[in-house]
Amino acid sequence: MTISRPLLITGLLALTLVAAIGSILFGPVHLSLARMVAAFTGHGDRIATTILLELRLPRMLLGLGVGAILGLAGAALQGYLRNPLAEPSVLGTSNAAALGAVAALYFGLAELHPIVLPVLAVLCALVSLMALFLLAGRSESPLTLILAGIAVATLATAGVSLALNLSPNPFAAMEIMTWLLGSLENRSFEHVWIAYPCIAIGALLLFWDGRALDALTLGEDGAQALGVDIQRTRIRLLLGTAIGVGGAVAVSGAIGFIGLIVPHLVRPLTDRSPSAILLPSAIGGAALLTFADLAVRLIDTKNELKLGVVTAFLGVPVFLIHLMRERRLW
Amino acid sequence: MVNIRLENVAVALGKRDVVRSASASFAPGTLTGIVGPNGAGKSTLARAMLALVPHAGRILVDDVEVATMSRAELAKRVAYLPQGQTLHWPLTVERLVELGRLPHLAPMSRIGEADTAAIERAIERADVAGLRDRVATELSGGERARVLLARALAVEAPALIADEPLASLDPGHQIDVMELLQGEARAGGVVIAVLHDLTMAARYCDRLVLIDNGTVVADGTPAEVLTPANLKSVYGIDAKVELTGDWPTITTLGRSR
Repeated sequence: MTISRPLLITGLLALTLVAAIGSILFGPVHLSLARMVAAFTGHGDRIATTILLELRLPRMLLGLGVGAILGLAGAALQGYLRNPLAEPSVLGTSNAAALGAVAALYFGLAELHPIVLPVLAVLCALVSLMALFLLAGRSESPLTLILAGIAVATLATAGVSLALNLSPNPFAAMEIMTWLLGSLENRSFEHVWIAYPCIAIGALLLFWDGRALDALTLGEDGAQALGVDIQRTRIRLLLGTAIGVGGAVAVSGAIGFIGLIVPHLVRPLTDRSPSAILLPSAIGGAALLTFADLAVRLIDTKNELKLGVVTAFLGVPVFLIHLMRERRLW
Repeated sequence: MVNIRLENVAVALGKRDVVRSASASFAPGTLTGIVGPNGAGKSTLARAMLALVPHAGRILVDDVEVATMSRAELAKRVAYLPQGQTLHWPLTVERLVELGRLPHLAPMSRIGEADTAAIERAIERADVAGLRDRVATELSGGERARVLLARALAVEAPALIADEPLASLDPGHQIDVMELLQGEARAGGVVIAVLHDLTMAARYCDRLVLIDNGTVVADGTPAEVLTPANLKSVYGIDAKVELTGDWPTITTLGRSR
């Protein structure tokens, strides 16, 4: 099923472009094409201009950015841990970032300044990493790292559940819940400016080690004998994940499954080496999340569907098909 | 050209002293076999030479301590074929051999003509051209061993350390691999192979280092090292060693009492 890399990248970019255009064109308020063209060329009416430039454009940009970093982080972590089930939540990063966001909401810190919530999310993601280092010690085994990740993730989830449990009123509980289910509703350019620098730094760090991830196909000894500095690779990978995913979770809430589904979908189309799936996973993640976000707007429900709910529904069948295929091979 | 020197090397894994005191030097143009019973510390010593485990004493590659060298620098000088390597992703054979060029590539660069040529040479020499498009994880044990050897050859480092390169190979391919390692040495490389098959070791190696209990107990030509007395004290076997042919042949008679 391998297809040439330029073809794969072009195809995925085309898909992403379709998703992005769809994200601009469709929403709860119907706008005629003429009004939209007018708004983009600067001659539009106020309502159309506001909807397009202040609501739909930032929402589309966030969908692309958040999806890209989730897909990329999933691909990089799978390569590093040599485990096709890895994704940011395995290391506890997403959960810790969500805990930071929820803490900001629960203690009312988020109302002090809009920057408090994302800063806390990224900080918590970083703290979770330090905890991870402490728990995993100097061992380089993926198993130790995954076990440490589970411990950190469980602790973070317990913290969030506690906040939900103790929340003073149903409204506050709803707000925390909303954050945990993930959403891009009512996001503005302020959120874009918060998320994008984090995503850019994270992506750079995660793209850096493609070759090292390939070398890890041969195990840690094999990779080190090929000149890979495994400690540095690990630090770049964990920092990239914490900053990128932390920044993404800070604006979108925890959206699961993207980091798991996308690498699985693109891997069979590549030569299956970890480096080959990094870029396709980032582009594919951007497309998938943007489509999912389009779906929540188009599916007519009383409350707008949360993104995390949709991605979970999307993720489960893909995951099951994969599981069945794996088992037939056994 | 490169030379490797060990001075009183000791390696502890956890609380166990696996290598106690090993001194030896390896010169270009020589195929050296490291032999010894299971658990003697052969593989650990090989790993120490790649700076994969911390060691006491000194391990010098071109007179530079390996612990102070950067991984990339060491990887260009010493290629390593680990024992019983597992593959974590189903790469094609060609893609797997290509990994051997990693020490020569800058981050995010593409492989160049020199790399492609080195990959082709390695595929040719390890006799895996017919397997090129197969998925490496679906090969037989022997095929996979040759593919991994090709991966190590693709580095084209002046030194090669192979840990049990003959495991799971049939007699024909064992001879091919030993001749290949010998050829590497004749071409001026430092070649070190951890071996279990004493007859193969005696036939092809220029020199043998016999290790027991983490210590070098004998070091010299196969005839000097593989004496009945050494075999008895190290392996606990009675063996007949014939020195009449072109190389020593060893016949195991049984466990010594």
